[in-house]
Amino acid sequence: MNEMTTIARTTTLKDWETDQEVRWCPGCGDYAILKAVQRTMPEIGTAPENTVFISGIGCSSRFPYYMETYGFHTIHGRAPAFATGLKLANPGLDIWIVTGDGDGLSIGGNHTMHLIRRNLDCQIMLFNNEIYGLTKGQYSPTSRVGTSSPSTPYGSVDRPAQPAAFALGAGARFVARGFDVSKKLPEVLKAAHAHKGAAFIEIFQNCIVYNKDVFEDFAAPKGAEDRQLWLENGEPMLFAKGTKGIALDSVELHLKVVDVVDGDWQSAGVIVHDVTNRSVAHMLVEMRFGEFPMALGVLYDDPRPTFEADVWRQNKAASEGKKADLQGLLKKGQTWTVTESGPEL
Amino acid sequence: MASAVEDRADNRQSPLSDAVVVRFAGDSGDGMQLTGGQFTLSSALAGNDFATFPDFPAEIRAPQGTLFGVSAFQINFGSSAIDTAGDAPDVLVAMNPAALKTNVPSLKQGGLIIADEGEFNDRNLAKAKYDANPLEDGSLAKWQLLKLNISQLTVEAVKQFGLGTKDALRCKNMWTLGLALWMFDRDRQPLIDWLNGKFAKDPNLAAANVAALNAGHAYGETAELAGPLKQHHVDPAPAAPGLYRTLTGAEGIALGLVAGAQLAKLPMFFGGYPITPASAILHHLSRLKEYDVTTFQAEDEIAAICSAIGASYGGSLGVTSSSGPGIALKGEAMGLAIMTELPLVIVNSQRGGPSTGLPTKTEQSDLYQAVYGRNGDAPLPVIAARSPGDAFDCAIEAVRIAVQYMTPVMLLTDGYIANAAEPWAVPDLTTYEAFSVEFLTEVPEGGFKPYGRDENLKRPWVKPGTPGLLHRIGGIEKELDTGHINYEASNHQAMTDIRKDKIDGIKVPDQVVELGAEGGKLAVVGWGSTFGPIHQAVRRKRAEGADVSHIHIRHIWPLPANLGELLKSYDKVIVPEMNTGQLKTVLRDQYLVDAKPVNKVSGQPFTIAEIEAAIEEALA
Repeated sequence: MNEMTTIARTTTLKDWETDQEVRWCPGCGDYAILKAVQRTMPEIGTAPENTVFISGIGCSSRFPYYMETYGFHTIHGRAPAFATGLKLANPGLDIWIVTGDGDGLSIGGNHTMHLIRRNLDCQIMLFNNEIYGLTKGQYSPTSRVGTSSPSTPYGSVDRPAQPAAFALGAGARFVARGFDVSKKLPEVLKAAHAHKGAAFIEIFQNCIVYNKDVFEDFAAPKGAEDRQLWLENGEPMLFAKGTKGIALDSVELHLKVVDVVDGDWQSAGVIVHDVTNRSVAHMLVEMRFGEFPMALGVLYDDPRPTFEADVWRQNKAASEGKKADLQGLLKKGQTWTVTESGPEL
Repeated sequence: MASAVEDRADNRQSPLSDAVVVRFAGDSGDGMQLTGGQFTLSSALAGNDFATFPDFPAEIRAPQGTLFGVSAFQINFGSSAIDTAGDAPDVLVAMNPAALKTNVPSLKQGGLIIADEGEFNDRNLAKAKYDANPLEDGSLAKWQLLKLNISQLTVEAVKQFGLGTKDALRCKNMWTLGLALWMFDRDRQPLIDWLNGKFAKDPNLAAANVAALNAGHAYGETAELAGPLKQHHVDPAPAAPGLYRTLTGAEGIALGLVAGAQLAKLPMFFGGYPITPASAILHHLSRLKEYDVTTFQAEDEIAAICSAIGASYGGSLGVTSSSGPGIALKGEAMGLAIMTELPLVIVNSQRGGPSTGLPTKTEQSDLYQAVYGRNGDAPLPVIAARSPGDAFDCAIEAVRIAVQYMTPVMLLTDGYIANAAEPWAVPDLTTYEAFSVEFLTEVPEGGFKPYGRDENLKRPWVKPGTPGLLHRIGGIEKELDTGHINYEASNHQAMTDIRKDKIDGIKVPDQVVELGAEGGKLAVVGWGSTFGPIHQAVRRKRAEGADVSHIHIRHIWPLPANLGELLKSYDKVIVPEMNTGQLKTVLRDQYLVDAKPVNKVSGQPFTIAEIEAAIEEALA
């Protein structure tokens, strides 16, 4: 979120809903995310007119039509580039990018990387459903090996990208994870908004038609305690009702799951989550589900100066003491004057 | 020397001559572009009209002495109006065998070759693929040859400054410039001042360069009596009193865009990605931040245009620029700007294509791409600049149309215009009419319609951040007035018609005849940088009594309303283009006129003689 975003407003969920008919498939995870966002916006306290949702192409990218804000449904994969121009033109706007695994990591992977690297102040919500929904079910860059789809009838053979690891590798200063129906999603969104700079949020989203329940192994309410590790800054990394934790294997330098007996996590060596610890963040985003629980919440949060602020600062510094005299500028360079008696310098 | 330039018989200076073409050619490390640029300034100060043609290789530091590493700079200067960089050079300065080999075929018969014989050693001759030394074997007999050991003369001239051999030899171009200044009776002082300024941090190097310049000049004076070297004087061309400067096309575009943004009272956002020959526009603009200009070097061509559209959405004037390959990448985003009806200026500095083609050479082969090159029925206005000075005005015109009609506009220049320099009478900006943009800031009477329209079919421009006017836009077909998503058949028909009608209805000035008369035997129709050679060729043919007129089209799309009738008033129409006949096809399609193509796609501009030959053939 931007310091220049000063327009605060008391709103309700209704203020953020448009009159447009929502056109996602019944049961799509996008509905839950939409509600979570609409529920979060009043709590953030910004004004709808100061908020812009920008999307690319895909199911998730219909999102702006359903938010009573300014919105721009652009072209496939390029939302970050539109956001960059808009934010540089008006740094006071609060910009949310809505993208998916195909939009943001396949056709638009380049732009996602550069937006994160530059640290443009905005929120990037990447809806990861591990499939191309709008084009009817082809495998995506996040699909697991062996995914059977119309374009991979014998199963996909290429290894998937990991969105959170990609973002961190690109230099992200904020990386978080949540999932569509999670009650904690609004808290994640608020944290992302509170971060000044590019805030990357991977949101696992259930595509009910083409990739149903692909995240069920960790997202299902039943057994969630054992399979979800919700990270809290300053708190030990505990799950399974405090009976298990994440510790560092200091010999082989990787994370491991340890048992916690009688709540004594200290002697089990469980790590206290420090959102500014980049090394641990790298290990958290790489934690393989199954062997580990799914790391959720704010994995990393350590702001640094934003792109648009630096550009504006430089523009201002470069303009200081200079007069915008275009007529004078035209006269610069190699000039001469023609008089009745001929040219002279 | 050339027919146009009479040799001095007995006086110190030759009598008035019409125009002279000089070509400096050397290795890409020899500083020929710098030499040419400074000789250009000296021509300006002598009051000559001029046009230049920098011709350099695509490689940054091509291997020394090779044929593909030759860099050349041609200037045509004279005592009357100069529109082209000239056909065949009268004088060729060849700094090595490769420069001689690649440039001597175009030298006018009887023209003068000045060659640095110090560089004509076995190694360089072999690199230039000469079996024998052309300076010795008589193969240059149809020209006048002046062999000088410029390398050695330069090293001697700068001896007292204690430079190493390599640095000493780098002063060669100043020695050569000194000789050229003498040949054309030019004042040395402005060049000496420039050298002292350029090397202010190293006075010794400045002094060495000045010494080389003076030595070259002195050589001309003392060697004058012997051989073919004579001094010539070209009288000043008549020019209206006022302030002049040299202007390249890239400068013209950059300054014109800034002027356009100021006339529209908008901040400018320029999104670009490095590409030859368009990068110079990004370079110029990135130094003009005090004019409310933000420049952004994007990660690719697509991001460059998308960021510009994003900025336009935010209320800035979005501009992007590239060359053919980059323009191809921007196509989808142009469609979005057409669909969302946002203002945008897209500059295409055309180069030889297809694909990577000839990056540093000129061509006009992107006209189809500009007019037709997008998916769907996606019309946008296209304007083409004829010269560096005209590029300034075309850029303003592009901005005006973009904001007055809420549309992307394509501005075409080419590698020739981008790099070439010409004298430019600095315009008085107060004579330009402002076209201030008004944003919609509150709900108008009758309610807010994001796709409501004014008499120009323009929709309102609303900046995000404006209370009460919240709305969503995007690339899916828009509903009439509301701008909501709409897939209905009748709505798509209506919206497609509106997008077409809006562009067709753009008011562009009526077509004028540049030279000649309305109606007659033959019209020569051109666009873009072929203006110069066509204009001169028509002028010459008319002087011989031929019934031929010159029509130059600036507004490629939409075309001027009277153009069809005008073309039909001639018995014949020919269209010289540096492509295989693209404007020709558009004219035939639009007006059913029997326009005949005259084509050249060699990466080099037309010569006047080539157009004259085409006129003769058409009139035969």
